[in-house]
Formats: sequence, C-alpha cells, structure tokens
Amino acid sequence: MPPGQSNMLPRPFSVYKADTLSGEISLLIEIKGKGTALLAETAPGVSLKLLGSLGRGFPDLPPQSLLVAGGAGIAPLAFLAASTAAPRTLLYCARSADLLVCSGADLELPGLSVVEATDDGSRGVKGTAADLLSNRIKGSGAVFACGPRPMLAAVKEICSRAKIETWFSLEERMACGIGACVGCAVATTGGYRLVCRDGPVFPAEEVILDG
Amino acid sequence: MAEKIFEPDLRVDLAGIALENPILAASGPFGYGHEYRELTGFKDLGGIIVKGVSLEPWAGNTPPRLAETPSGMLNAIGLQNPGLESFLEEDLPRLRGSGPRLLVNVVGCTVEEYVGVASGLEGVEGIGGLELNISCPNVKAGGMAFGTDPVATGLVVAAVRRETTLPLLVKLSPNVADIGAVARSAEEAGADGISLINTISGMLIDTAHKKPLLGNIFGGLSGPAVMPVALRMVWQVAEKVKIPVLGMGGITSADDALQFIMAGARAVAVGTGLFYEPHLPSQIKAGLLEYMKKEGLRNLGEIEGIARP
Repeated sequence: MPPGQSNMLPRPFSVYKADTLSGEISLLIEIKGKGTALLAETAPGVSLKLLGSLGRGFPDLPPQSLLVAGGAGIAPLAFLAASTAAPRTLLYCARSADLLVCSGADLELPGLSVVEATDDGSRGVKGTAADLLSNRIKGSGAVFACGPRPMLAAVKEICSRAKIETWFSLEERMACGIGACVGCAVATTGGYRLVCRDGPVFPAEEVILDG
Repeated sequence: MAEKIFEPDLRVDLAGIALENPILAASGPFGYGHEYRELTGFKDLGGIIVKGVSLEPWAGNTPPRLAETPSGMLNAIGLQNPGLESFLEEDLPRLRGSGPRLLVNVVGCTVEEYVGVASGLEGVEGIGGLELNISCPNVKAGGMAFGTDPVATGLVVAAVRRETTLPLLVKLSPNVADIGAVARSAEEAGADGISLINTISGMLIDTAHKKPLLGNIFGGLSGPAVMPVALRMVWQVAEKVKIPVLGMGGITSADDALQFIMAGARAVAVGTGLFYEPHLPSQIKAGLLEYMKKEGLRNLGEIEGIARP
C-alpha cells in the first residue's frame, strides 16, 4: 500500500520457520488489526518489503529446556525448538483449542516432547501455562517463554522461585525497527530498553512486566 | 536554436547553513543517525537534525509509546535521550564528517536548561546549527508552555540567542491559535529560521481495555494525515517572517516537498515517512531533480513561495 493511504508502519514478527537451504522463512501471523489483516489477505506472488533479521534472539538451548508458548507466542519458540536435537519440552498453551494454531507436523521434531493445554480443556490438558510449568520446572535446564504478559508474569514467578534461568521474547508496537525512534521501549531493571534492538529476547529477571 | 539545458542545483542556504540539498531528516524518528547510516547511508540527505538533546538524561514516557492511526501515527516517546554529555562523547563523534550538515534539536524544561544545552554546544566541531524545540507536546513539565505563548517563546529564544553563535532555528508547535504570532516572536528574539510543524496533539482509546492506548495518554500525530495542516501553517508563517522556513509534516514524496517549497519553505524535513520507506530522502531528491529538469529550474529559489498570491 502506498504511503498516504492507510497503514504507515511496518509490523514486527518473529521467524516461525527457516529453511537455510532454500532461503525461505515462514511467519506465523495472528490477525489482530488492520495491518495483520492486510497481510493475511495478500495474494501469493505479491512482493512485500521485509527488513531483518533484527535484534537479539535466544541463547543456545541447554538440555532439558522448557519452552512455554502462549497462543501466537508459539512462533519464535517453534523456531527455537527446531534449533537443537537435545531433549526439550514445549508447553503449548492457549485459552481454547482454536487458538492452538501451530500445525502438528511443525512440532514433530527429534527430541521434542509437546504438551498442550487449554484454559477450557477443549484440547490437551485443562489448565494454564503456569499449571503445566509448576509440575515440570524441577530439573529443567532453562525456560524460554513467549506469550501474553499475564502468562509471562506467572512464568517469571515460578522460575524465579525455582531459580531456573529464564528468557522472554517480548512484543511491542514498533516504528523504525532498528533502534532509532525509541518507540518500542520496555521497562527493565536497567531502565527502558528497546524490543527491536536490545531484544526481543531478554533475561526474564530484567523485565518489569507491569512497567 | 537548441533548447537551453539547465543543470539543476539543489544547494540551498538555510538560515546560514549551507546544505547540499534541501532534504533533512527531522528530529526524532532518525535518532542520532547511526542506525540509518548502516541501513541506507546518508548520501542523499542535505542535513540531519538529531533527536532532542537535554542537559541531563531523560528517561522517556511509559509504554506503549506508539500507535498507528489512519495515514499516520501517534507517538509519545517523551524525548528519551542520554543527555548532552553522552551526546557529545558517544553520538556526535560517530556522526561528524558523515556528509550531511548536523543540526542539534535542543530540549529543556526551563530556560536555564535550554541555555545550558546551547552553551554546551557552542564551539563544538561538526555542528551546523541548533533547532530549538519549544513545541514537543509530550513533556508535561516543559516544551509545550514555551511554544504555545509568543511571550514565552520570545524569552527562551532570546536567552538561547545570547549563548550561541550557531544558526538558530526555532521549531514551532502546531497546537496554537496563531502560529504566525509565535513565529514573529521567535524572529524578533533573534531566530535565524523557523522550522515547523511539530506533531499535533492527539489520543486514542483502547476500547477492549477501556483506557487510553498510549501510556502517556496524549501523543503527537504525524504522517501524511497532518500534511495539509503543516502546509497551511508553513504558508501562514512564511507570510509573517522574513527568515527562512524549514517545512515538515507528513512529507512522503517529491510532490509533497515541492508543495512545501511553493508555500514558502526553503528546505524540507522527513520523519514518519522514513518508517514506511527508509530510502525516502533519495526518492525525494531524485523527484526534485526530475521536476527541476522538466521545468527548466536552475535552483529551487525560483519556486520558493511561488504559489503565494
């Protein structure tokens, strides 16, 4: 869409899948507003402008890691899960079955166990991410989480009690995507930092979720 | 007889600042330039107005700080910046000699703070001029008050004028009843040029959460949505002052830039448009050259204010 019509700002997304041989990447996009709706309507073959990859990703995954995904937060965690063959468990959670959109085949990876949960019990275990995590936190290598802020707050509390290293991938509205406009600030113990440049992945202990 | 071929010359003199071309990066979206230098380079920018610099570091506003609007956006960054000392030690050395002329946007909550920044920049190598930001609508304690009142504008401009020998632009707020009066006051107090507009105060409400969308409640509207308002105000200011005008507000094309010049602007700045197209300065420069060739213009002075009666 040319400037001056409607949407002006680029949208930030995590990489969902990447094929280093073909050079293809996949994005998993939740339709939340006009921009994502437009993207979803885009016909195959249409060229889109893409800037990336940007910012800092997850550190290497230690064995016995727990990946906690809430809804569309599955995108960066599916990518992370595919980065190793070490034993690891994905806790894939949402309010209801229809929000567990990630296809089964994408999560069939060597060494990966997947546990699904929904708040209403419409798929997998009935319960929240916090419920699943509490039962499995002991002995885990590290925790990696992406999802709604209330979920992250619960994850942070459980992990901090268990003294397990934890990383969050965060989301904020962005304008430039490269650290110039200072729009995508997130409150941390070290002051405001930028999701686009300093993140999107931050050590959980540094993130002030209600800030 | 063969048609006479003109070689267009994009150079302009903006308030004593010699620019290779009339396209500047507006203060704010461009940060301190480092990121865009890596992404697109600076070769087609005549000048860079770096993000607002205050005497002490400012933390900025509570997130969320951004929201998209029809044909534009709201921002409430809150002039987050590392302060004068850090700017001089960290940012300026990396920008010096990079090509475009550097102007520093100066912010403050009191006259003393503005004066402190201006005197701290006096005699510093590599700075082509100052842009006094009396208009940012995001800082509750400062900014706004100076720019909305011609008397307060005169006070702060005169105080900074005494402290600086650099070309001094004053950036006006559009959130006023009589923009011409504020511009006149800045000119009389010793400004060398006027830049306008800053963002237009606005807000959005998140109906799902039943509360304002921005952490700061109010933010500044920018982008193509504000362009006709900006153009009207440049027109009004150009009528009231003799000093040159730097026009900005929603510029996303060479045609937009030409409209500002025809309304009376000497040069133009791009801000929000960079988010859509980081290469916008190059596109505008190419478009201006094409227009000049087509119209047989040797320089843009030939059309500055040409739309005026």
